Amino acid sequence: MSEQAITAPTRTEAFEARLKKRYASERRFKAMGLGAILVSVFILVFLLGTMTFNGIAGFQRAELAVPMDFGEAGISLDPSIADEKDKFRSLEGQGLREVVQFFAEQELGAEGAAELSPQAWRVAADEIVADPSLLRQQTTLWLPATDDLATAYSGDGQADLQPLAQQLAGEGKLSDNFDPGFFSRSDATDPQQVGIWGALKGSILTMIVTLLLAFPIGVLAALYLEEYAPKNRWTDIIEVSINNLAAVPSIIFGLLGLAVFLWIFPNFRSAPLIGGMTLALMTMPVIVISGRNAIKAVPPSIRDGAMALGASPVQVVFHHVLPLALPGILTGTIIGMARALGETAPLLMIGMRAFVATPPDGFTSPATVLPVQIFLWSDEIDRGFVERTSAAIIVLLIFLLVMNGLAIYLRNRFEKTW
Amino acid sequence: MSPAILLLLALGLGLAGWLVARGRAQAFASQSGGRIAARPSYHGWYAALWIALPVTIFIVIWSVVSPQLVMAHVLASPEASVLPEFGMKRQSLISEARAVATGSATTVFNPEARQLIGPFEDALTRYNWIGLALTLIIALAGAAWAFLRLKPDFTARTRVEKAVMTGLLLASLVAILTTLGIVVSLVFETIRFFGMVNPIDFLFGTHWGPDPMANPDNPDPTRYGAIPLFWGTIYIGAIIAMIVALPLGLMSAIYLTQYASPRWRKVLKPALEVLAGVPTVVYGYFAALTVAPFIRDLAVSVGISNASSESALAAGMVMGVMIIPFVSSMADDSIAAVPQAMRDGSLALGATTNETIRRVLVPAALPGIVAGIMLAVSRAIGETMIVVMAAGAAANLSANPLEAMTTVTFQIVAMLTGEGSFDHPATLSAFALGFVLFLVTLALNFIALRVVKRFREAYE
Repeated sequence: MSEQAITAPTRTEAFEARLKKRYASERRFKAMGLGAILVSVFILVFLLGTMTFNGIAGFQRAELAVPMDFGEAGISLDPSIADEKDKFRSLEGQGLREVVQFFAEQELGAEGAAELSPQAWRVAADEIVADPSLLRQQTTLWLPATDDLATAYSGDGQADLQPLAQQLAGEGKLSDNFDPGFFSRSDATDPQQVGIWGALKGSILTMIVTLLLAFPIGVLAALYLEEYAPKNRWTDIIEVSINNLAAVPSIIFGLLGLAVFLWIFPNFRSAPLIGGMTLALMTMPVIVISGRNAIKAVPPSIRDGAMALGASPVQVVFHHVLPLALPGILTGTIIGMARALGETAPLLMIGMRAFVATPPDGFTSPATVLPVQIFLWSDEIDRGFVERTSAAIIVLLIFLLVMNGLAIYLRNRFEKTW
Repeated sequence: MSPAILLLLALGLGLAGWLVARGRAQAFASQSGGRIAARPSYHGWYAALWIALPVTIFIVIWSVVSPQLVMAHVLASPEASVLPEFGMKRQSLISEARAVATGSATTVFNPEARQLIGPFEDALTRYNWIGLALTLIIALAGAAWAFLRLKPDFTARTRVEKAVMTGLLLASLVAILTTLGIVVSLVFETIRFFGMVNPIDFLFGTHWGPDPMANPDNPDPTRYGAIPLFWGTIYIGAIIAMIVALPLGLMSAIYLTQYASPRWRKVLKPALEVLAGVPTVVYGYFAALTVAPFIRDLAVSVGISNASSESALAAGMVMGVMIIPFVSSMADDSIAAVPQAMRDGSLALGATTNETIRRVLVPAALPGIVAGIMLAVSRAIGETMIVVMAAGAAANLSANPLEAMTTVTFQIVAMLTGEGSFDHPATLSAFALGFVLFLVTLALNFIALRVVKRFREAYE
C-alpha cells in the first residue's frame, strides 16, 4: 500500500488508461512504418518475381526432334566455299529446306511436320555450317516449332492443336528447350524466332556515343564550375540551367532531339548516333552534379600544396584534383549511364521504335535499344511475346544491377575521408 | 570517307605533330643547355592542338554539309530528270540509290533507281576526295602555323592552358545551349501550332481528338482542347500516384530514420533504392500486364461491369510505387536535418517516439517534405512509359479511376509516332503540350528549391 503512495500520486486510473493508449498508438505507429517498408519491398519482390517467373519460359522455346540422315539425302558442302553466307546459299540451292521437310514428315506425320517452323531449315543449315561432318551421319536435330504449336503446348491457344501437342510431347518429340539463339538473333514477327542481340547491340552503340559525349563534357564543366568559375551572372546562369536540366522530364529531351538533331542530320533517323546524342544531353547534368560533389570533397590543402610547389592552376587540377576526384565522378557517371540505359521515351521520339530485324553495323545504321525492344514486344498480341518480353526485361535488369553494383563497389572501395 | 575515318586521321596527324614538336623542343633544350620556356611535351600539345582542333571542327561541319552537296550534285546530273517531282516515291528512289552507292545494299528494288547509282557514286567519290584533301590542307596549315612558332623561349604552356580553359568554359556552356535548344525548339513549334489553333481553344477546350488525316490548313479548333489531358495528367500523376506514394514513402522514411536499427537500415534502404533504378518501361509492362487486368477483374467481381482494362488507377498506382523511393529519400533527408536537440527535448518531456515524430519532427521538416512532394509530382507528370503502356488513349474528363484516361506525355508520344506530317497541327500540338509540360515541371522544381532554401535558413 505504502509503495503505491510513494511511486505516483499522479498515477490515477485515468492516467494509466491514457498511458496505455499512448503506448498502443506508439506500437501501431511503429508497425505502420514497418508495414510501409515491407509493402514497398513486397511490391519490388513481386515485380521481380513475376518477371522472372514469366521470363524463365522466355529463354526457352518449343522444339521438335527430327532425326535426319543427310548421307541419304545426298547434300554436300563444298569445302572450298569460305563465306558463311555462300555456304548457306549453297545448302539452300541443294534443297535443304525440302530435305528437312521430308524427314519431318517421316518422323512427325504430315500434321506434325506442318507445325515445324518455316525457318526450321535455317537452324539445320546453321548446324551444318558449324559442323560439316553432320552431312555424313545420322543425327537428331531439335528444330523450332511454329508459334501456334508452342502456344498449344503451353496449354492455351487453338484448341484443335492441343491434342497434337500433347501427343508429340508424350512421344518425347516436342519439348521446351533452352534457346541460346535468344541472345544472338534480332527482332522478328514470330516469337519463336526473336532474339535480343540486335537491340542489345543498339543499346551498346548508343551507350558508347552517350559516354563519349557526356563524360568529357560533364567532367570538364564540373571542373570549371567548381575550380575556376568566377562568381558572376554568367556562371549563375550556367549553374541554374544545369540544375534545371537534371529535373526536365526525359521526353522533353526527345522533343529536343527530334527538333534539333534530326533537323541537322535528316538521314540518321533511328540511328544510335542521334539516340546517343539525345541521351548524352540528359546524362550530362547528372555527371556534372555528382562530379562537383566529388571535386568539392578533395581537401584544399592538396591544391595549396601543389600551388606552393609552383604548379599552374591547370596543372593543380589535372595532376592532383582530378585523379583524386575520379572515383567519385565515375560513380556518378555509372549511375547516370544506368539511367540512360533504361530510358525509353526520348528514343521513341527520335524514331528508334522501328522494326529492325538485323543488328546495326555502325553508329549511323537504323537500330533499336533494349528498353524500346521491350516496349515494342509488349505491344504484340501474340502470347509468345509475353514470355520473350519478360526475358528481355530480365536481361535489362541484370545489366542495370551490374552497373549499380559496380557504382556501389567503386564508392565503397575508393571513398576517402580526409 | 566516313567522318569516323577522318576523325581517326585527325587524331593520327595530331599525334604525329605532338611527337615531332616535342622532339624539336627537346633539341632546343639540349642546344640551350636545358633552359627553355616550357617543357617539351607542352610544345607537343601546342602543335597537336593546332592540328587536331581545326580538323575536327572541319569534319563536324563537313559531315553535315557534304551529304547536301552530294545531293545537289546528283540532282544536277541529267539522270535526275527521271525523278518524280515530289513525294514518297522520289524519296525512296533517292535513298535506294544512295544505299547501293555507299555499299550498304547490293541491289535496288525499283529499276528507276538504277540510273541514279552512277551519279551518286560519282558525287560520293568526288566529295570524298575533296573532304580528304581539305582535311589534309587544314592539318598542314595548322601544323605550319604551330611549328613556325616553336622557339626555345616560346611559352607553350600558357598557350596550351589557355586552350584548356576555353575548353572547360565551352563544356559548361553546353548546359546553357541545351536549355536554349529546348526552349527554342519548343517555342518555335508551339508558335507555329498557335498560328493554326487559337491558344485559348487549346488551353481551355474540353474536347481532345486531333485527326492527323484532316486537312492541315483548316484545323477544327474544337478538337484541340487540352483540358482532358491536363486533368488526366494531374489525376494520375498528382492524385492517384501521390495517394500511393505519400503514405508509403513518408512512413518508410520515418521508420528508417527513427525506428530501424542500423543493420536493418543497411538492408532496407538499398532495397527501396532498387525500386528507383527499375526502368520505367518495366513498370509500364508490369502495370499493363499484371496490375491493370487485376484491377479490372476486381472491379468486375464487385459488380462494375464496364471496367476498362486500361485504367487511370492501374497507371497511377504503379507510378506511385515508382515514386516511393523518391519521396522517402527526400523525407529522409529533411527529417535528418532537424536538430537532434528538438527530438531529445521532446523525448525528455515524456512524449513517446511517435508523438515526437508527429508533433515535432514532421512539422519541423515540413518545408523539406513539401518540396520533396513537389519534386515527386513533377517527376510523375513528366513520366511517360507507364502511362503510354497502361493509361489508355481516350481523353476522358472524369473522376472515375477505373476509366481509361490519357495524359500529356501519352499524347506527345501518340502524336509524334504516328504517320502525320510535320506541318500538321496534330503533330505540332505535341510540341505545344511539351512546352506546357516543360513550364509546369520547371515551375514545380523552382518552387520546391525555393521552399528548401527558406527552410534551411530557419535553422542556421
